[in-house]
Amino acid sequence: MNFSEVFKQSNQLCKVSPDGKYLATCVQYRLVVRDVSTLQILQLYTCLDQISHMDWSSDSLFILCAMYKRGLVQVWSLEQPDWHCKIDEGSIGLVSSRWSPDGRHILNTTEFHLRVTVWSLCTKAVSYIKYPKACSKGIDFSRDGCYMALAERRDCKDYVSVFVCDDWHLLRHFETETQDLAGLEWSPNGCVLAVWDSCLEYKVLLYSLDGRLLSTYSAYEWSLGVKSVTWSPSSQFLAIGSYDEKVRILNHITWKKITQFEHPSTINNTKAVSVCKRSSICLITYCQFLLLPAPDEICPLPVQIPVVKPDPDRANPKIGISSLAFSADGRYLATKNDNMASVAWVWDMQKMNLVAVLEHTSAVKCFQWDPKHPRLALCTGNAKLYLWSPAGCVSVQVPAEGGFQVQSLSWHCTGDSLILLGKEQLCLCYMETEQEDK
Amino acid sequence: QPTPLISHATMSPSKQNNLLSMYSSLSLSKSSYSVISAFCTEDNIPQCISYINQELASLGLSSTCIEASSPGAAGLNPVPALNATYELLQIHRRTMCSLEELEREQLKKSSTLEHVQMNNSRLKDQLELSIREKSGLHEMERQLQLKIKTLQSCLKTEKDEVQKLQNIIASRASQYSHDAKRKERETAKLKERLSQLLVDRKDKKLAIDVLNCLGRSDGKRSHWKTAKAAASHEGEMYKSLLSDYEASQRSLMLENAELKKVLQQMKKEMIHVLSPRQPSIRGATADDSQEQADSDLEDRAGDSSRGSLDKSCEHAREQLTNSIRQQWRKLRNHMERLDSQASQVQNQLESNKDVISRETHEDEMERMRREVQQCKEFIDAQQQLLQQQLNTSFDDETAALLNDCYTLEEKERLKEEWRLFEEQKRNFERERTNFTEAAIRLGREKKAFEEDRASWLKNQFLNMTPFTDRRRCSSSDGQSALSISKSFLQLAMSQETTHALNRYFQLLPSGRRFKSQVKAKSRLRCGDLSIFSLGEDENSLT
Repeated sequence: MNFSEVFKQSNQLCKVSPDGKYLATCVQYRLVVRDVSTLQILQLYTCLDQISHMDWSSDSLFILCAMYKRGLVQVWSLEQPDWHCKIDEGSIGLVSSRWSPDGRHILNTTEFHLRVTVWSLCTKAVSYIKYPKACSKGIDFSRDGCYMALAERRDCKDYVSVFVCDDWHLLRHFETETQDLAGLEWSPNGCVLAVWDSCLEYKVLLYSLDGRLLSTYSAYEWSLGVKSVTWSPSSQFLAIGSYDEKVRILNHITWKKITQFEHPSTINNTKAVSVCKRSSICLITYCQFLLLPAPDEICPLPVQIPVVKPDPDRANPKIGISSLAFSADGRYLATKNDNMASVAWVWDMQKMNLVAVLEHTSAVKCFQWDPKHPRLALCTGNAKLYLWSPAGCVSVQVPAEGGFQVQSLSWHCTGDSLILLGKEQLCLCYMETEQEDK
Repeated sequence: QPTPLISHATMSPSKQNNLLSMYSSLSLSKSSYSVISAFCTEDNIPQCISYINQELASLGLSSTCIEASSPGAAGLNPVPALNATYELLQIHRRTMCSLEELEREQLKKSSTLEHVQMNNSRLKDQLELSIREKSGLHEMERQLQLKIKTLQSCLKTEKDEVQKLQNIIASRASQYSHDAKRKERETAKLKERLSQLLVDRKDKKLAIDVLNCLGRSDGKRSHWKTAKAAASHEGEMYKSLLSDYEASQRSLMLENAELKKVLQQMKKEMIHVLSPRQPSIRGATADDSQEQADSDLEDRAGDSSRGSLDKSCEHAREQLTNSIRQQWRKLRNHMERLDSQASQVQNQLESNKDVISRETHEDEMERMRREVQQCKEFIDAQQQLLQQQLNTSFDDETAALLNDCYTLEEKERLKEEWRLFEEQKRNFERERTNFTEAAIRLGREKKAFEEDRASWLKNQFLNMTPFTDRRRCSSSDGQSALSISKSFLQLAMSQETTHALNRYFQLLPSGRRFKSQVKAKSRLRCGDLSIFSLGEDENSLT
């Protein structure tokens, strides 16, 4: 495992291009594009204001930089550094900006969610979509990039509009049976749209691509409901994490719950569960489908997990399953329960049971699965990087002077390296492949 | 009592007085019954007689009267008097008996009365106690009842509260949703207003400033939005949906077929496992026939299911699962039986120590077989050679020649060996003589050395003093004394070692190697003192 030197970045804006060749970072109002393997600066662009959001187009040719305060979006070309494009929303403001899947349109959401403006870079044409819904996930593109689902709210009712991304033709527009739609997500195969209600009501609705309601799922009433939803990569399962500290798995054939994963504070003797406690001692070891035993403790069961009870008087209590992630092969599911924030749970989807409980010294900030191998990377805001794989787990100290607090991480699309983001810094971690080891 | 009767009937006051005086006077007289002696005196005999007659008459003994023996005489007629006395005695006896009886009765009655009284008192106590208990229990029951009532009322209040809270929640929820809707409508209005203002205020020029337009990502030209395009989009969407459904249906069908196959296989295997092993059990044949019937049924059902109707498919499926369940149950029972049998056998085996385990037995067998095989091969080889021997007697001469040359060879070899043997024998003899010589020399030298040592020791001992002046002038001596004492020890040790070594030599055959070793050792040990050499020269032995 090698670590690159530390570079500056601001706003946690650091993204690898979809083809995996370039790394774009933002430093204040500059956009820096580097080569991923050599980390040499290839291009340097200057924007008009501090960059709030940055994203690559799907063909890795263009980068958009959004400056929300100024209501500006600037688009840069990698091939032609002289090319420029500036979109000014004016006084209508800008709260979010994103690429369309074809990499030629930009969708801007104006302030107060007054409308979504679709700018075309090919024709300079503009389209408007009215009444977009202000919720945590109101827009989602299907994985093949053909369709876009948009949540709308008119007359105190929720609707979903399905657009064809080719020409922004409105394919379907239907009302949803939600009280207050909080989010929507396409299944990876693009045929089912999962729509869920706000936490005041536990309701998950499944709509087919053509707008038919396939199924409704509601686990219970009255208590706070859905906190997070994710599809398995094969579209076979829908995992729903809720405020009652449970994850419920629905299957794609009957849309009924096949199992639920509980997160108890005491873990008893369950076979094949390894509870791995991350100690404060660290070691740099070579991980890769581990040959070495972990330097962290493997605790004997039963284990008591520290629980932090949230304040009952405040809204959005820190309780419930806030993060869910399936591994790339769909074999494992990693979850995090907010009132046991220092613990990450790993479940086996074939056997439908708990495989590992990873307890850390402080709250887990971010975790992500390797896009190629069944390997989970976690960070807790200290200077260490934690990795778990079915063979074992390891913690690695990031070797940077002056301390590097890992706030978030993301994998390179090939799974060979990790990008670690600190508050103002970034560092790359290169994994060693098995061939190199031998 | 006679006295009042007498007084009433016949006695005059004077007589009464008389009687009283008579009594008192009689009491002073000497007769045994003082009353009687007081009653009759010499003077009043007739009165007494008449009185007694009256009394007797009143008592019902009118038959006998006492008469005077002669009128005016002081005597009595004995016969009636005796009769009267006898009767009185009888009466008296009877009275006594009845008195006794009465007394006994009275005793009995008093004891029973006592007993009854005791019982009574005991029962009274018991009764009191029971009453007290009862009252206590009553009290407890009352309290428990009270508690139940309070708990029930608590429960009721809790339930009411829960209900109330639920109602509150519901009402608040509806209130909040209403309020939220109202606020939302307001916001929507604001948004509308805002967007109106902003949109109107927007400058005429397009807010996008691109250097040059880009081509489409897929390289094609953009199309107009037409109804055909819309229809094609619909078509595309439905196509993708359909393909997804088809794919999932295909996979499900495959899975289904696989599972059915697995089930069939399981069923067959189970039947196979169960049927041949149980010819003795009567039920087996019935099972077999049943299984046969089942499989027949299923084949038929399978055939019909391949037809089309869902019902028959389900029927077939049900049949299959039922039969599998049955088979599984049988198999399980069979396995259980086998398990128990095996454990029994195991127990038997363990208890019987003479029986060796099967594995070792088999190993032994293998080994023995191998040995036998080897022996056989050996024998074959031998035989072959022998045969060769026998067979290669083409003619007598060559055979004789061959034989001869074999023997010749052997003779030669034998000669050679003899020669070697003789040589070795000579060598050994020589060595032995050398060794004996060496031993003799060693003995002699030892003796000399011993003498030397003794004298030296004596000197040393005489020289060794703890006095300081000696020490001062003979510091070197002291040192040498130290070293000498050290070497003395070494000598002592080496003496012992030589003894030991000699003994060792006597046990071992003579050999040059050992000798030289000993020499080296002794040389090393007595490094300081090279005034002697323990052994002879090495050269002497060569």
